[in-house]
Amino acid sequence: MSEVRTRLAAASGQRLFWPLVVLVVLIAANTAYRPSFVSIEVKDGHLYGSLVDIVRLSAPLILVALGMTLVIATGGIDLSVGSVCAIAGSMACLHISQAADQNSLSTLFTALGLALGLALVAGAWNGLLVSVIGIQPIIATLILMVAGRGLAQLITEGQIITINSDPYRVIGAGYWLTLPVAILIAIAVTLLIAVLTRRTALGLIIEAVGGNAEASRLAGIRARRITFLVYVIAGICAAVAGFMITADVSSAAGSTAGLWIELDAILAVVIGGTSLAGGRFSLSGTLIGALIIQTLTTTVYAMNISPQTSLLFKAVVVIVVCLIQAPAFRARFARRRPPATPTVAAAPQKEQVPA
Amino acid sequence: MTTTDLGNLARIGRWRLPRRHVPVLATFALLLVMYGIGVSQYRAFSDIQVVFNAFIDNGFLLVVAVGMTFVILTGGIDLSVGSVVAMTAMVSASLLQNGLPAALVLLIALLIGPTLGFVMGCVIHYFEIQPFIVTLAGMFFARGMCNWISNSSIPITDPFWTGVAQERIGDPRGNFVSISVLIAFAVVAVAAYALAYTRLGRNVYAIGGNPQSALLMGLPVARTKIMVYTISGLCSAIGGILLSFYTLSGAPLIAVGMELDAIAAVVIGGTLLTGGSGYVLGTVLGVLVLGVIQTLITFDGTLNSWWTKIVIGGLLFAFILLQRLIGIRKK
Repeated sequence: MSEVRTRLAAASGQRLFWPLVVLVVLIAANTAYRPSFVSIEVKDGHLYGSLVDIVRLSAPLILVALGMTLVIATGGIDLSVGSVCAIAGSMACLHISQAADQNSLSTLFTALGLALGLALVAGAWNGLLVSVIGIQPIIATLILMVAGRGLAQLITEGQIITINSDPYRVIGAGYWLTLPVAILIAIAVTLLIAVLTRRTALGLIIEAVGGNAEASRLAGIRARRITFLVYVIAGICAAVAGFMITADVSSAAGSTAGLWIELDAILAVVIGGTSLAGGRFSLSGTLIGALIIQTLTTTVYAMNISPQTSLLFKAVVVIVVCLIQAPAFRARFARRRPPATPTVAAAPQKEQVPA
Repeated sequence: MTTTDLGNLARIGRWRLPRRHVPVLATFALLLVMYGIGVSQYRAFSDIQVVFNAFIDNGFLLVVAVGMTFVILTGGIDLSVGSVVAMTAMVSASLLQNGLPAALVLLIALLIGPTLGFVMGCVIHYFEIQPFIVTLAGMFFARGMCNWISNSSIPITDPFWTGVAQERIGDPRGNFVSISVLIAFAVVAVAAYALAYTRLGRNVYAIGGNPQSALLMGLPVARTKIMVYTISGLCSAIGGILLSFYTLSGAPLIAVGMELDAIAAVVIGGTLLTGGSGYVLGTVLGVLVLGVIQTLITFDGTLNSWWTKIVIGGLLFAFILLQRLIGIRKK
C-alpha cells in the first residue's frame, strides 16, 4: 500500500503527469457522454472518428505551439504568430487566386515559397528586435501582432480571398495513407524539431540561453544568434499553420485567420509544463497541451453548449492546470501532508519575471 | 505651434528636465506634429470639436488605459481589460432589461470588475503564476460570461442611460463634450493624484523599480500588487459603463482587442513595460495619439481601416526605439 503511494507520488512529480490526467479525464468524460466518441472507423480508405478529428483540427495549434515552445524556452514570448499565420495564408491564397491555372503544382509551390519568404522576414524582424536591439520580447512581438494584422488585411484588401485549388486544399483537408495530411505534417514537424533539439546540442543550448543569456554567452554560446533563430523558427511554424487554416476552408480572410491562436499556443505551452520564465522546455508537454485545448473545444461542441461559452471552460481548465503545477500552490498543500513526497521538492524555482 | 517651437521644446526638455520626462515630451511633440498635419491638410480639422470628439470617442479607452498604467508600472500586465469592459456593459444591459433600477445596476456593474481583478491579483501574488497567464484566463472567463448572458446584442432603453448618453455639455450645436468625457477626466485626475502624492502610488513605483528591494524595505508588496489589479478591474468596469453610455447597448463581441489598444497607448505614452517609470499624463497623450490617427484616417477617406493598425505598429516601434536610445533603463 505504501509502495503504491510512493509510486503515485513519484508519478505525480513527473512533469507530464497532470496534463496527461486532464487529457484522459476529458476523453473519459466525452466517452461517458457519447460512447461512440472513441470509435475509429475506415470509410473510403480514410480514418474517421472524433479522436482523428481532434488531432486534425489541433494540427495548426500544435505547429504554432512548437515554435512558441522554443521561443519561451529562451525566456521570450511571441505574440505575433497569429498575424504571421494570417499574412502567410493570405499571401499564398492571393498568389493562387491570381494564377491562370489554380490547380498547377508550380503555382502552388511559388505561392508557398512566397508566403514562407514573408514569414521568414517576419520572424527575422522579431528576432532582430529582440536579439540585436534588445527590446523585451512581449513588446517587440506586440508590434508585429498589431501591424501584421493590418498587413494581412492589406494583402487581401479587406476581402475574403476564395480559391479553387485542389493541391492547396490537400494541405488542410486532404488524406494520404488513410491519415489526414494535416496530421502527417504536424507529426513530421514535431519529429524534425524533436530530433534537432534533443539529438543535437541545440536544445541544450536553447535552454542555456533561456536560463541565463549572459552566462551562456560567456560560456561560448552565440546567445544572440540562438535567440534570433527561435523567432525565425516560430515564424515558419506559424506560416505552415496559416497554410493549414486557409487550405481547410479554401479561403483567406486577413482579419480572422489565426486570430488569437497565439494565446491558445501560449496556453498549450504552459499547460504542457514549460515555464514562461524560460530555461527549460518540453515538446511532448506542448503536444499534450495543444491536444487538451482542442479536446476541450470539441467537447463543448459535442455537448451542445454554445461555442462561445467554451471560453468559460477554457478559463477554468487553464487556471486548474496552472494551479496544480504552480510550486507555490503545491507547497501550500504539501505542507499538510506527511513528508512522504521527496520527489516534489524539485529544483529551486527561477525568480519570477513579469510575462 | 510651429515646428521650430517644437524643436526648441525638445531641446529644452533634454537639457533642463529629468530624462524620465523625455518620452512624455516626445509623445506630446508627436501629437502636436500629427495635429499640425491634420490642420494643414484639412480645413475642418482646426475645429476644436475634432479634439472634443477624439475624447468623446475614446473616453472609455482612456479610463481603461489609466488602469493599465497602474498594472504596467508594477511590471505586470492585464490582458483581461477588454473582456471586463464588455462584461460590464453586458451585465448592465441585461440587468436593465430585467427592470432593475439604474442606481442598483450601476453599483453591481461597478463591483464585478474590481472583484475579478482582486481574485486575479490574489492568484498572481500568492500562487506565483505569471500575470500574463492569469489575466489571460480572466479574459477568457469574462468573454465567456458575456456569451453566457446572451449571444446577441441587448439594447438599453433605461431613461437614466439614454439621458446621460444624450446630454451635451456646452453648446449643443457648437462645441460640446459628453458626460463620459468628464467622468474620464475625473478618473485621470484621481489616478494622477494617487500615483504622485499617495503612499499607494509611491509603493507602485517602488515595486515596479525592484520588487525585491521594495519587499526588503518593508513596503506592503502583497497589498499593493493585489490593489493594482483591483484598480485595473475598477477602471475597466467604469470603462464598460462609459461604453454602454456610448453605444446604448451591450454586445458580447464588443471591445475585442481593446487590451492591445490600452497597452499600446500606455507604451506610446512613455511608460516602461518593465515597470517603475511612467506617468498617467503620458497615457492620456498616448490615447490622444491613437484618437488623432483614427481621425486623420477618417478625414483622408481613401485610406482603409487597416492602416490604423499598421500606423499604430509603426508608432509602437518608434517609441520603443526612442526609449532604448535615451537609455532610460540605465541605472
